[in-house]
This record gives sequence, C-alpha cells and structure tokens, in this order.
Amino acid sequence: MRHLFLFLPLLIPLVTAVLGLLAWNKPRLQRMLGVCGTATLLASAAALLVTVLKEGIISAQAGNWPAPFGITLVADIFSALMVLAAGVMGLAVSIYSLADTDRHHESVGYYPLLQVLLLGVCGSFLTGDLFNLYVWFEVMLIASFVLLAMGGRREQMEGAIKYVALNLIASAFFLAGIGLLYGVVGTLNMADLAVRLRAVPHVGTVPVIAVLLFCAFSIKAAVFPFFFWLPASYHTAPVAVITIFSALLTKVGVYVLIRIFTLIFIQETSTGQPVILAATIFTMMAGALGATAQPELRRILTFCVVSQIGYMLMGLGIMTPLALAGSIFFMLHIIAAKSALFLSTGIVSRLTGTTELARLGGLYHKRPLLAALFLVPALSVAGIPPLSGFWGKLALIQAALGTGHYLTVTVALGVSILTLYYLVRAWSEIFWKKRQGTDNDEYHHVSPTHRRQMLVPTVLLASVSLLMGIAAEPVFRLSLLAARQLLDPGSYISAVLGVRP
Amino acid sequence: MESVLAVVIGGLYAAGMYLMVRRSIIKMIFGLALLGNAANLLIFTVGRLTRGRPPHVLPGELMPSLPVADPVPQALILTAIVIGFGVQAFALVLIKRVYQTVGSDDQDDLVAENRPGGEE
Repeated sequence: MRHLFLFLPLLIPLVTAVLGLLAWNKPRLQRMLGVCGTATLLASAAALLVTVLKEGIISAQAGNWPAPFGITLVADIFSALMVLAAGVMGLAVSIYSLADTDRHHESVGYYPLLQVLLLGVCGSFLTGDLFNLYVWFEVMLIASFVLLAMGGRREQMEGAIKYVALNLIASAFFLAGIGLLYGVVGTLNMADLAVRLRAVPHVGTVPVIAVLLFCAFSIKAAVFPFFFWLPASYHTAPVAVITIFSALLTKVGVYVLIRIFTLIFIQETSTGQPVILAATIFTMMAGALGATAQPELRRILTFCVVSQIGYMLMGLGIMTPLALAGSIFFMLHIIAAKSALFLSTGIVSRLTGTTELARLGGLYHKRPLLAALFLVPALSVAGIPPLSGFWGKLALIQAALGTGHYLTVTVALGVSILTLYYLVRAWSEIFWKKRQGTDNDEYHHVSPTHRRQMLVPTVLLASVSLLMGIAAEPVFRLSLLAARQLLDPGSYISAVLGVRP
Repeated sequence: MESVLAVVIGGLYAAGMYLMVRRSIIKMIFGLALLGNAANLLIFTVGRLTRGRPPHVLPGELMPSLPVADPVPQALILTAIVIGFGVQAFALVLIKRVYQTVGSDDQDDLVAENRPGGEE
C-alpha cells in the first residue's frame, strides 16, 4: 500500500494523458479529464505526504530489483511537499485553462501535454536514480517545448528557439556529468552514490563532475549567470503555460540542486560555498534589476521569477537546518504567491487586451476585487508581514545572520525593497493611475462562467499564500522536518538500500 | 583505443560548440545533435572499453568471470539516443515552423521586431 502511494503521482498523470490522447477530438472530455486527473493527483500527493510523515522516508524498487541495480523511487518530506505543490498547481492551472485556452491550443493537445509535463515533474521529484532523473527531465522538457511553441506566433518562435537550445545544452551537460560519474563511481543510484562518495575525499574528477552538474541544473533553474533564457522565452507563452512553467520547472532545477548537493556532493557544498552564495547574490540582483527596467507586466514577472530563485539557493549556500527550512518554505510560498500573481495578470490582460503598463490604468474603479487579488500576492512576494514571503525571508535572513553572511543578508534585503518597488509600481500603474490614450473605458467582455473559472484558482492560490503567512508555524515546522531529513543523509540511504547505513 | 575516442569526443564537443555559436538556426540544431552524441560517446568511453568479454554467466556459475564489458553504459546510451532522437525531431519541426513564420534562418532576424517600446 505504501508503495502504491509512491507510484500513484506518476500513474495518474500518465493515465490521464493517455486518456486525453484517446479523446483527441473531444475537447469537452479532455477538459474534464484534465481537471479530474489533476484533482486525483492532488489527492494522491496529499496521501503520499501523510504516509511519509507517518512512516518516514519510503522507497520502492521498480520491478523488484534490489536497490543499487534497479530504478528506485523514493519520497522524503521534501519531495512529498514538492509533489503536493505540483498537484495544487496542476489543478489550479487546469481550472484556469478552461477559460483561458483557445480552440487552437485545445485541438493540438494542450490538456494531455499538461499532464505529461506534470508526469515529468512528479517523476523528477520522486526518482532516486540519477539517470532516471535525466529521463524524467526529458519527459518534462519535451512537453514544455511543445507547450511553449504552441500557437506559432513570431515572438513565440523566438522564445522557443532560445528555450530549446539552452535547455538542450543543459541536458548535454547533465548527460556528460552522469557518464563521468558512472565511470568514476560505478553506480547512479543516488543513495549508493552518497555511500560510496562519503567514504573517500573528493579529488580529481569528482569536483569537476559536481561543477558540471551544478552548471546543468543552474541552467534549468535559471541561476545567474545562466538565467537569460528565462526572461527571453517565458513571457511569450499563454498565461496558464507561464504560470505552470514558473511554478514548477525552475523549481525542479532548484530541487535537484538541493537534493544532490545535500546528498551526494556534500564535500563540494562546503568547499563551493562562496560560489553558491555568489550565484545566489547575483541571481537575486540580476532578476530584480531586470524587473525594475521592464515596461511590460509579463516581463516584469518573469524577471521576478529569476530574482526569487536566488532566495531558494540561499539555503543551500548556508546549509544549516534553519536555512534549508527557509528555502523549502520559500519554495512553497513562491509557487503559490507567484502563480497567483501570474494568474491575476492573465485576468488583467483578458479584460484589457494588453499587459503593457503604459496602456493600462484605472482598473481599480471597475474591478476592486481584482486589485486586491493582485496586491496580496505582490506584497507576499515582496515579503510584507504577515504574508507568507515574510516568514520565508525571515528564516533565510536569520540563518544567514547566524552564520555571518552579512553581504548576502544586505543583498537579500535590498532586493526585497526593489521587489516591493517594482511590484507596487506595477500595481499602481495597472489599477491606480488614469488610463491614458483611450477614450472608452470599456473592457472586454468575459462571460460569467469564464470569470469563475479564472477567479477560483487565483483566489485559491492567493489564499494559500495568505494562510501560509497567518498560520506559518505548521508549514514551517514541516519545512524544518524536511530540512533535518536532508541534512541527515543516513536515513535516506538506509531507506533506499535497506539496513546498510 | 581510449585515446582515439577521447580525441573524437573532444572534436565532437568542439564542433558542436562552434556550430552553436553560429547565427544560423539549422547549424545550431546540428551543434546540439553533436553535443548529444559527444556525451553518448563519453559515457561509452568512461564506462571502460572491454573487448571480447560479454557479461555472460556461464552454466554453473553465479557471476561472469571478470573482467567483463559493463552493459550498463550501453543501456544508458541506448536510452539517451532514443531521447535525443525525439528531441532532435522536435527541434527540426520547430526550425521549419520558424522558417515558415520568419522567412529566415538567421537568429538575428528573429529578434528584430516585436519589442515593446520598439527597442531594448
């Protein structure tokens, strides 16, 4: 029964995708399948989290091959939390897509592709084998390629080319790293790698492999100096697609960085600490400065995605339980808050037909609820108490102060102020200032059904962010448990390999 | 044999990188294909080259007598080739669409328009 919970987050999206493909010409059925499938995924993810909390780390061997030889699936609290986040985001985006996906996208398989994307994401979170991780990454990538290029507008093509090229380079690095690691250590099971690399001091090839993999996943996670493909491509896709990309794809990169650098390359994490922290600092600054300079809402938000990645890496750079817990809490917070921000941007663009700040304005009088819906996640991302972003940043900054990383603290706080500046500026441009140039104050008509389908997931995610702020303690305690597990690889190793410590 | 393959792999990486920095999109895709193949050959080579020793377990024995060729790298490469095939097929379709939309193979022509505010 325990093993079933490990396989369900993979089986459900797979089955839903296949059923969706079978229902190729029936968009209504595909839509229903999409929502039902992601709702089931969410339920199974919750069941997985409960099981992991009750029984500790659980693992399963595909085909019953004993651990280092077969493909391992393993879930600890961190991965279970991430699968849960994937479930929430899948459901929210599926519902939002009901209103915001045009006929063309539906007819070329939008809903099944979304499921394939979720399959790749959940697979990456749950696998315990480095090569299998590569396979899941490619599953995720192929789905994201098609989702991004769908529609075939000129600017989308530009974005898609950059996205495809950079991600394939990252995959080639990843593959080379895997090959070298196998040549040196002779195994690719992550627990087994941890055992074998723990015993010996890392000299020669191993640090090189660590750097190679760090670069590969930094490209995927959009870490400085590899972040430039993200603001160049994300803003071209439909809002529902950007939302799930920014919520899950970059987070998979961060997840893998945290996983392999707390489990396998522990020695490199301590020697490479200045490098990781420098990457953190520059990622935060580059994203925030880029966002400040942008005149268009979707571009502002994509740069903001980059900037927030920096905070998530801070925990890895500092490597104390508090810091890692802060990172995990921050990841959960940003998935909810940033997605709410993207979805309300989608509503704004649906109402006004534009996302350029210069052409927006005066929306507050017509849509006060929407103004609040944009403001809450915006303040949360900026880190205003009592919203969720504040607690994540508080933990990270406390941990950094405790270990004497004052430069990182300064930059993190400075970037928070910049974040507050550009998000509030965006808010006042959209909602507060007078709309210029146009005489008619008319907005596009949105049917009540569509309005509901767009508002429900947005309100849901914004309230998740609000609740995570008001009731921060249970979520933070969970993150702290997850961080303790990450810093004690012994329990992960014994869960995968059996009794051997 | 290893040294020959090492040179080949280095050459493939160099050629792939060179093609990727060209402006032509088609050359970029070819560069990506070369990078993928270089990585595959790298896995093959660092997985130890053992000639004429298949990992067969003879009747009555529990293990093949060492040294044997390691089958795992080849399984990995096989998987990676299949994945690379799919990705490259997609990339080719994508550049065809790009050519149809933009009418050019030059990456600079992609960027010229569609900027908010006209420039960046």
